[in-house]
Amino acid sequence: MGRYVIRRLLQMIPVFIGATLLIFLMVNVMGDPIAGLCGDRQCDPATAAQLRREFGLDKPVWQQYLTYMGNVFTGDFGTAFNGQKVTELMSTAFPVTIRLTIVAVLFEIVIGITLGVVTGLRRGKPIDTAVLLVTLVVISVPTFVTGLLLQLLLGVEWGWIKPSVSTDANFDELIVPGLVLASVSLAYVTRLTRTSIAENRRSDYVRTAVAKGLPRRRVITRHLLRNSLIPVVTFIGTDVGALMGGAIVTERIFNIHGVGYQLYQGILRQNTQTVVGFVTVLVLVFLVANLLVDLLYAVLDPRIRYA
Amino acid sequence: MLLEVRDLHVEFRTRDGVAKAVNGVTYSVDAGETLAVLGESGSGKSVTAQAVMGILDTPPGKITGGEILFQGKDLLTFKEEERRKVRGAQMAMIFQDALSSLNPVLSVGDQLGEMFTVHRGLSRKDARTKAVELMDRVRIPAASQRVRDYPHQFSGGMRQRIMIAMALALEPALIIADEPTTALDVTVQAQVMDLLAELQRELNMGLILITHDLGVVADVADKIAVMYAGRIVESAPVHDIYKAPAHPYTKGLLESIPRLDQKGRELYAIKGLPPNLMNIPPGCAFNPRCPMAQDICRTDVPPLAEVDEDRRSACYFWRETLDARND
Repeated sequence: MGRYVIRRLLQMIPVFIGATLLIFLMVNVMGDPIAGLCGDRQCDPATAAQLRREFGLDKPVWQQYLTYMGNVFTGDFGTAFNGQKVTELMSTAFPVTIRLTIVAVLFEIVIGITLGVVTGLRRGKPIDTAVLLVTLVVISVPTFVTGLLLQLLLGVEWGWIKPSVSTDANFDELIVPGLVLASVSLAYVTRLTRTSIAENRRSDYVRTAVAKGLPRRRVITRHLLRNSLIPVVTFIGTDVGALMGGAIVTERIFNIHGVGYQLYQGILRQNTQTVVGFVTVLVLVFLVANLLVDLLYAVLDPRIRYA
Repeated sequence: MLLEVRDLHVEFRTRDGVAKAVNGVTYSVDAGETLAVLGESGSGKSVTAQAVMGILDTPPGKITGGEILFQGKDLLTFKEEERRKVRGAQMAMIFQDALSSLNPVLSVGDQLGEMFTVHRGLSRKDARTKAVELMDRVRIPAASQRVRDYPHQFSGGMRQRIMIAMALALEPALIIADEPTTALDVTVQAQVMDLLAELQRELNMGLILITHDLGVVADVADKIAVMYAGRIVESAPVHDIYKAPAHPYTKGLLESIPRLDQKGRELYAIKGLPPNLMNIPPGCAFNPRCPMAQDICRTDVPPLAEVDEDRRSACYFWRETLDARND
């Protein structure tokens, strides 16, 4: 187990370097970071040159990357062009997005798995067909439609929620945005759980559990569910990374000042430092989430642990 | 009598039609006795056993008639909760493939201990101690360490021992073993079978041994019930059957055992295939494959005729079959 963790940690290094280098190149090579700074007018060449020198943009790209990475490891993600430290932006944005992600993941776990178990055990019954149909609709409709619709109905028409989230972004304000953010994944979790349950239900070890005279509840929770959740856990774990970075649409709709919002602003204003900084952290989040999933997988399935 | 199955009927209702899996099976087992149920795949031997255990998949399965008397009480009248308490505690089942029948993600100690925590209300710690005792009893070496291991870490024979231990956990009155040695190496088969027979004697349990291995039957069974297309076609004490079968199907089965003195000659096989259970032929279900079939066999279902005091045959020509033994 220990060796496995070390090997996985070592594997993360090239992935991290590759991913960050790629985003660094994309942001730096594809557009001129200075161009956007002077508004609509062309920058005065002297000012531009001075800015370039100041930000180290006159150096070769590989040197910029190394300097940047060196700084990142000392906790310095640089300064945005407007003088705000990127770490400062992160410290306000990440807590908000983490809260949003927690709400979304809770929805996936509680509603997704429950629906999956219920439908998996009643395959072919009306409730199964109904839930299946709803998940199909949810998967097909883009998030911005679901989000805007819920905002309009619950927020504007019926007034059950505030249409836009305050800067505090407390948990209760994030319930509906969290549901919107989770919606597609939730539908996938439901389907994945359903298939897994339906498949394992006919398995020999479940028959054994019944033959042992265990109560139905115990057969389902301890024997059936435990085995069926292995693929679901993998999905949810990987999804955590995606939710953190993929909340751009949801955060825009509900005006949540989280990671997605800052990334959006950063891209819009060609704010290189912000974009690269946030993406670097997101790459790390993704890698750690995946590592945790793999470790959890080993905990859930002993056949992997000892392989 | 410990267990009496009387005129049991089981159907499977599927989209393609109704499969009549069990059509009036009657058999009984007493404490300390071993009944071997013999038959090809699809003959209804496993379905009957599942009906007795109460683990039939319903739907599509449905018990459409008959009685299952266990210690004098008809299990089919029990509520599910009463039935559950009988399962595992008073009657237990051993399955064919121990690897797929044991839960891959729980340690064997947990799976054995569960019997005690659920049925006897023991604490987890006491249940663990009991699990080690059980593993000792079925002679798994280093039980106190291996109790933490998972099914895939055991060899095939050891896994089947764990299945046996699990069935024996609460010292049930009846054990149903559904082809317990089919998935094992020949060398291990004998060990497992001997262990099972020994524990049965020790605890004076009734044993229903479902198998298609006639070699195993001869060693351990007291009596035999031969099934074909959901019916018992012959039932008899074990020695009588081996000496002289009273049903052409039993005869065919016995003749299809490879023997050393037949070396070089083609192996015998019963002609044709078992019937489709959705469309069992009228009359005797075996008639299309039977070398002795006459017109009556194609129209009327032969009743179980009394051959001897404790011997029955569902063949109009059981006398002729018996006599033909020296052919």
